[in-house]
Amino acid sequence: MSMPFYVSPEQLMKDRADYARKGIARGRSVVVLGYDRGIAFVAENPSRALHKVSEIYDRIAFAAVGKYNEFENLRVAGVRYADLRGYSYDRSDVTARGLANAYAQTLGTVFTQESKPYEVEIVVAEVGQNADQDQIYRLTYDGSVADEQGFIAMGGAGEHITEGLHQRWAPGMNLGDALGLAVELLRQDPAGGPSRTLAAAQLEVAVLDRARPRRTFRRLVGPLLDALLSSEDPTADLPADDEPTPGRHDTLTGESPSTDPPESGPA
Amino acid sequence: MTAGSSSFTEFIGAHSPELLPSRRLLPVGATIEAPHGTTIVSLTYDGGVVMAGDRRATMGNLIANRDMDKVFGADDYSAVGIAGTAGLAIEMVKLFQVELEHYEKIEGTLLSLEGKANRLATMIRANLAMAMQGLAVVPVFAGFDLDALVGRIFSFDVTGGCYEEHDHHSVGSGSLFARGSMKKLWRPGMDSAAAVRVAVEALYDAADDDSATGGPDLTRRIWPTLAVVDVEGLQFLDDDALGAVVEQIVADRRGNPGGAR
Repeated sequence: MSMPFYVSPEQLMKDRADYARKGIARGRSVVVLGYDRGIAFVAENPSRALHKVSEIYDRIAFAAVGKYNEFENLRVAGVRYADLRGYSYDRSDVTARGLANAYAQTLGTVFTQESKPYEVEIVVAEVGQNADQDQIYRLTYDGSVADEQGFIAMGGAGEHITEGLHQRWAPGMNLGDALGLAVELLRQDPAGGPSRTLAAAQLEVAVLDRARPRRTFRRLVGPLLDALLSSEDPTADLPADDEPTPGRHDTLTGESPSTDPPESGPA
Repeated sequence: MTAGSSSFTEFIGAHSPELLPSRRLLPVGATIEAPHGTTIVSLTYDGGVVMAGDRRATMGNLIANRDMDKVFGADDYSAVGIAGTAGLAIEMVKLFQVELEHYEKIEGTLLSLEGKANRLATMIRANLAMAMQGLAVVPVFAGFDLDALVGRIFSFDVTGGCYEEHDHHSVGSGSLFARGSMKKLWRPGMDSAAAVRVAVEALYDAADDDSATGGPDLTRRIWPTLAVVDVEGLQFLDDDALGAVVEQIVADRRGNPGGAR
């Protein structure tokens, strides 16, 4: 019978951390940044159905990079945590801090006790009554939590984008400028090569809009997103009203209802 | 942290069953005096559906509450009104609202209108034991069908039966009178303003003959709760708009208390 090799705890943890970091670095990046009227999420994600950014509760959203099945698992757990808390206490008692703590426990336990750590990095953001009350938490694969001010970038080019944000992000930017900055940084090649082109269709963009009542999470697609990203178009903020088209009210397209009659069915 | 269903009710049933309204046990043979909600009416019109409820809750011969809301928005495209044991019913509606929102967030799509009605039926069915001890909850559910683009109404019985109703429906102690009223007043092809008036008139007729149904309270300015659901979603009528309708009806009935026309 052979004896198993002794592996020191330091080595074991380092191996696990390296493994998780490698998995995360393979993924495309996500940028979360505050703007004057809320918090914006910009992810490079060609899929319309498999989201990297999602709603958790009225004023809380979730963004993730890494392995889809693992962060989807965490997202569902987060929605359950928030809905359970809101149901047994009150809607106003669901906070990003509580959720971040619950995630930290889960990620920490998985990191030390499971045979493989989660290859994910997530952000939990809550939009407050004003920009000072906005909260953005970053959680890494080992369960450590960081309370970030203003912006976060994660994923493959995360460090490079964070550097760019440090230089160019400023509190009180409007939504058009904030999205433009995020997309420009996502385009850049961290190795110094020429910038790529990123069409609106390759991006997943969402916001937590401070001004909306109750559920503040809105996805931005279509002509509205094109207008916000375009430097010529003067559009720099969201319309105050949701679109009257039948279906979910969490998506803003900027299409006028007259060109898209209800007969064409829910989007 | 295991993969599970997208139903919030199933989740809390496994995680903290004491939070489910139907999981409580009552001593056998005991009866409880608890506030009861009374009359809810719902009717379809051309392009949507209206639901209205009076504001009274009674406990025996007493008025337990005179400004209780018994019509709730279930989600963006549906409303639920409740008659029966008020405490249980309101808790059930709260659970139903979370259930629909939870599904929407997890699955990323809306449930179909039948799907929502069936979820509500499941909750009523789970409450059968309590209903047999006198704590029954009888809801009416109405919403806008995004596939057929029409308003639809569903009624339920205490055993969890779910039935689609056509044109109009009413539940609660004053429902007999409200139903009679709507039979005479409802017309095909009404617009939303006409439907709102019919709903308020039906509640007026119910309050006229049923002591447990509250009529419009002109001194306190307490009007019925009234929700309109159409292709743009659910909307509660505000007090000013509703006050005008109520005052018009009261004026029209002066000297003509039965509203004969």
